[in-house]
Amino acid sequence: VQTNTYYNGFHLYFSEGKHPNMNSQQQSGNGCNHQGPNQNHKLETVELPEMQVLPMPIPDPPIQYTKLFINNEWHESCRGGKIPVYNPATGKLLCEVEEADNEDVDKAVRSARAAFEMGSLWRSMDASDRGQLLTRLADLVERDRLLLATLEALDSGKVFLMAYFVDLMATIKTLRYYGGWADKIHGKTIPVDGEYFTYTRHEPIGVCGQIIPWNFPVMMFAWKIAPALCCGNTVVIKPAEQTPLSALHMAALIKEAGFPPGVVNVVPGYGQTAGCAISHHMDIDKVAFTGSTAVGKLIQKAAGDSNLKRVTLELGGKNPNIVFADCDLEYAVEQAHSGLFFNQGQCCLAGSRVFVEEPIYKEFVRRSVEKAKSKVLGNPLLPGVDQGPQIDQKQFDKIMELIESGKREGATLECGGAVWGHPGLFIQPTVFSNVTDDMRIAKEEIFGPVQQIMCFRSVHEVIQRANTTHYGLAAGVFTSDIDKALTVSSALQAGMVWVNCYNAMSAQCPFGGFKMSGNGRELGEYALQEYTEVKAVTIKISQKNS
Amino acid sequence: GRDSALFRLNRLPARHFSAAAIPAPNTQPDVHYNKLFINNQWHDAVSGKTFPTINPATGEVICQVAEADEADVEKAVKAARDAFRLGSPWRRMDASHRGLLLNRLANAIERDAAYLAELETLDNGKPYAVSYTVDIPNVVKCLRYYAGWADKWEGKTIPIDGDYFCYTRHEPIGVCGQIIPWNFPLLMQAWKLGPALATGNTVVMKVAEQTPLTALYVASLIKEVGFPEGVVNILPGMGPSAGAAIARHMDVDKVAFTGSTEVGHLIQQASGSSNLKKVTLELGGKSPNIILSDDAVEQSHFALFFNQGQCCCAGSRTFVQADIYDEFVERSVERAKRRVVGNPFDLKTEQGPQVDQEQFNKILGYVSSGKREGAKLMCGGGVAADRGYFIQPTVFGDVQDNMTIAREEIFGPVMQIFKFKTVEEVLTRANDTKYGLAAAVFTKDIDKANYVSSGLRAGTVWINCYDVFGAQAPFGGYKASGTGRELGEYGLDNYTEVKTVTIKVPQKNS
Repeated sequence: VQTNTYYNGFHLYFSEGKHPNMNSQQQSGNGCNHQGPNQNHKLETVELPEMQVLPMPIPDPPIQYTKLFINNEWHESCRGGKIPVYNPATGKLLCEVEEADNEDVDKAVRSARAAFEMGSLWRSMDASDRGQLLTRLADLVERDRLLLATLEALDSGKVFLMAYFVDLMATIKTLRYYGGWADKIHGKTIPVDGEYFTYTRHEPIGVCGQIIPWNFPVMMFAWKIAPALCCGNTVVIKPAEQTPLSALHMAALIKEAGFPPGVVNVVPGYGQTAGCAISHHMDIDKVAFTGSTAVGKLIQKAAGDSNLKRVTLELGGKNPNIVFADCDLEYAVEQAHSGLFFNQGQCCLAGSRVFVEEPIYKEFVRRSVEKAKSKVLGNPLLPGVDQGPQIDQKQFDKIMELIESGKREGATLECGGAVWGHPGLFIQPTVFSNVTDDMRIAKEEIFGPVQQIMCFRSVHEVIQRANTTHYGLAAGVFTSDIDKALTVSSALQAGMVWVNCYNAMSAQCPFGGFKMSGNGRELGEYALQEYTEVKAVTIKISQKNS
Repeated sequence: GRDSALFRLNRLPARHFSAAAIPAPNTQPDVHYNKLFINNQWHDAVSGKTFPTINPATGEVICQVAEADEADVEKAVKAARDAFRLGSPWRRMDASHRGLLLNRLANAIERDAAYLAELETLDNGKPYAVSYTVDIPNVVKCLRYYAGWADKWEGKTIPIDGDYFCYTRHEPIGVCGQIIPWNFPLLMQAWKLGPALATGNTVVMKVAEQTPLTALYVASLIKEVGFPEGVVNILPGMGPSAGAAIARHMDVDKVAFTGSTEVGHLIQQASGSSNLKKVTLELGGKSPNIILSDDAVEQSHFALFFNQGQCCCAGSRTFVQADIYDEFVERSVERAKRRVVGNPFDLKTEQGPQVDQEQFNKILGYVSSGKREGAKLMCGGGVAADRGYFIQPTVFGDVQDNMTIAREEIFGPVMQIFKFKTVEEVLTRANDTKYGLAAAVFTKDIDKANYVSSGLRAGTVWINCYDVFGAQAPFGGYKASGTGRELGEYGLDNYTEVKTVTIKVPQKNS
C-alpha cells in the first residue's frame, strides 16, 4: 500500500480511520515526518487517531484578496465586471471578485512581457535563486496551509481534510520539487561534424498563459506555475470563475516570497472572455490549459488562428480500471471506490469504467455498493464527512442527466442515483452495474459520484474494450500476476497506468494524456520540456579536437 | 571591490545577503562540541586520547578534541552500516524527504552563519570576511543544490532486444568513508555530504586534525534537523590512524578523499589491498593560468593568493605572453605588496596565517628553493608577523619550467610568473605536468579562447575568470589530480550503484 502519494494517504485516512502520516510512520518505523517541516506538530502526537487532534478549518476566514493581481499590485477590472463566488455547500454568496476581460488580459500580458525583457531582474537572476523563490513560496503555503485549505473547501465544496492533506500537501511538494529543478535544467554540448563547437541553451519560452480548472484550484495553480517559473518564464494565469479565492491568496504569497513584479499575474475570469483572450493573444508565447476536451479543442484552434503559440493540454478522461480475479479483492474494491469517488468524482483521472473479471464480478459489485452506501455526505468543513457538494448547478444538472440516461439505456442502478439533502448541490453516491460499452455513461465523462462497473472475460477482450475511447489519460490494473500486469500496462493507451494502486501521483512522476486527453506532460522532469525553448549555438573554431 | 572574483563566487542577491552587511565578529566564539559524533551521539575516543587544535593566527591552543583511531572508526562504520540496512528509516525514507532534510540543514547553517564563520576563522585562520561571504554561502548553496537532486536522480527504462522489460535503479553505494582537508573545512564537508546524502548513502567522515571544530558543530545541526541515527558520523583524527582505518576498512563501500596527491596514492592502494571499495580523489594541482590580454592582473593575483594560497586549484603557474610580460610582473608585484596581511578577524584583512607550523615551514622551504634555483624574487619571501604562521605575499619572476617551484604544489602565497611567446608553446608547457586540476586563459580572441580551452588537460578551465565555482558545475582532476568529479549532476555518479533489472514478459510491444 502506498502512503507517500497524494491521494492514497488520504484514502487510508478515510478507509482506516487513521491519519495518513501515522500510517507512513508505522510503515517506515522511523517517526520521520513525510508531510513537511513545519506542519502542525500536534498531528504527530500519540493521540493521532482521535478526531480532536485533526486540523480544523478556520471559522469564517477573512477573504482578503478579491482583485486582479497584475505586476504585483491589486487592480480593479477595467470594465468594472464582478464575479459572484458561491459556497456550493450552501448556495450562499461568499464574495464578489473582480472579473478580468480582454483589456485586463492585455494589461497582464504587458506586465508579464516587461518582466521577461532581456536584462530584467527576472531574466538576469541566477537559476538557483529562482529555485529559492519557489522554495520560499512553498514555505509560505505551508505557513498558511490551514487558511488555504479552508478557503479551498468553502469555495469548491471539497472536504476540508482532503483539501488540507491532499491538495495543500501536493501544492507544497510540487513547489519544492520544481524549486530543486531550477538550476538543473542542463543544456548539452554536442559533437557536431566539422570545425565547430555546438552547445544548447534551454531558454524559457516567454509569456505563458495558463488556464486552470475548479476541481483542484490551488494544486492546479502549483502544477502550472511551478515548472513555468522554474524554467524562467513569466505567467498570466486565469483561475476558474467558480474558484478564484485560493489563487488570489497564492498571488499575495508570490509577492511576499519576493518574485519580481510581472512574473506572475492572476486574472480571474470566464472562459469565453478572459480565457479566450489568452488563447488568442498575439503576445503570449505558450498556453497551458487544464479542463474539458471540448474547450481543449478551442484552445488549440485559437493558437492556430493567432500566433502558433505552443499548446499543452490536460483534458478529460474515461479511465479504465481493470480488476482481475486473482487480485486482492477487498483492496481492489476499496481502490476502485476511491479511484472514482475521490473529490466528488470530479477528477479527470476518475476510474469511471471499472472492468471486473467475470468470476468475481457479482461479489465486486456487492462490496462496491456497500462501500458507496457507507459514504457520509454533508458539510465539507465538518470532520467525518467524506463527500461534499458538486461544484455548481451546471455540473449538477449534467450529472443528473447522465444518471437518467444510464437508467434509460438499461444499466442496473445498484444504489444512489438521486439528489441528497437540501440546499446545496449534493448527489448520492451512485453505482451502476451491467453497464455495456455503448451506453452514454460508459463513453462520456460524467465528472460526478457515479461508478460504472462492467464485466469482462479475457485479457485480450478487456484491453480492446479499455482502449476503445477517444480518451487516454489514466488506467488501473489489479492483479497478482506479473505477466498480466506487464502485458496490460504496456497495451493500455493511457498516460498513466497504475498497477495494484490508483491515483498514486507524485510531483516526480509525469502526468498527461494519450489521444484526446491532451498534449504534453505535467510534473516530473518531462514538464520542463513544455516550458523551454532549445537554442543550439554553433561557433566556428580554428581546430577541433576530441 | 577588493577581489572582484571573490564576490562573483558569492553572487547572492542583496536581499539574501550583502557583503556590506557582514556582522561584526565575536573573535572568541565558544566551542560547543569537541567529541566524536557517532550514531547522533557524542563519544569520547575509545582510547581516551585527545589532541589540541590550534589558532594559527596566534599559535595558541583553542581546545582539546577527541582523537579517533581504528577502534572509533569501527564503531562509526557499524553505526553507518546499521543505518543503511534494508528496512531502516533512512532506506525507507522518500527521496523527497531526504531532500527536505538537506534543505533544513542548509537553513540551520544559514541561521548560524555568523557563528560558523567565526569558528572557521578561529580554527583555520582564513579572513572572517571570506568565511562569511564565500565559504558559508557556498556551503548553503551546495546543500540546497543537492537537496533538489534527491528526488530527481532518475533511472531509465531501456528497450533491450527480446521479450524483456528492462530498467535501472540508481541505488546508494552504502557506507561511504569521506576524508576532508583543512583548507575549506565547511565547504569540503558540504561538497562531500550533499551528494552522498542526496543519493541515500550513509557516511563516516574524518575531518582534518587542523580544523575539526566547524564540522562538529554541523554534526549537531545534522542531528537537530532530523537525520536518523548513524546516517552521518563525524570523526576528528589523524590521517595515518583514522584515515588509514577508513581507507582499508572491509565494510566501507566507498571512500572519497580530498587532499594531497601523495596521500591519494595511499588511499587507492588501501582500496586495492582491502575490499576494492570505490575511490574518488580530489588531489593536488599546479594549475596554469595563461595570460594573453593585459587586464588580468587582479584576477591572476586572486587566482593564486585567495585563501592564503591554500587552494588545490590555485593558479600557481602564471604564463604571460612576452609583449605584456614586464608590465604584468610589475603590476602583479605592486598588487601583492598592497595585499593586507594580518588579524583574520579584521574586516580589512585579505590574508590570514597559513594553517599550521608544518605548512608554514614547507612554504618557506619552497621560497628558499626558488631563490636557490635562480628565480627572481620580486617581493615578499619572508615571515610576516612575529607570532602565528603569517607569510608575506611573494612573487617570483623569470621562473623556468624545471624549477622546483614550477613543478611542485606550494600551497601558499607564492606566485610564479613565466614568459611565453606563442599559443602552441604555452599549451605544451601548461600541459607538461603530472597534474590536471584547473586552468585558465585570459583573452578576448574567441578562436584562441576555444583553442586553448579545448587543448588544456585539466578538469576545469576558466576563460576570462578564475575560481568561479557553482554547485551546479562539476569539479575534479585529470591525471594525478584525481579520479571522479564532485558537484553538479556528475557528482551523483560517484555515490550511485546502477542496478539493471530485467523482467521476462510474454510479449514485447513498442
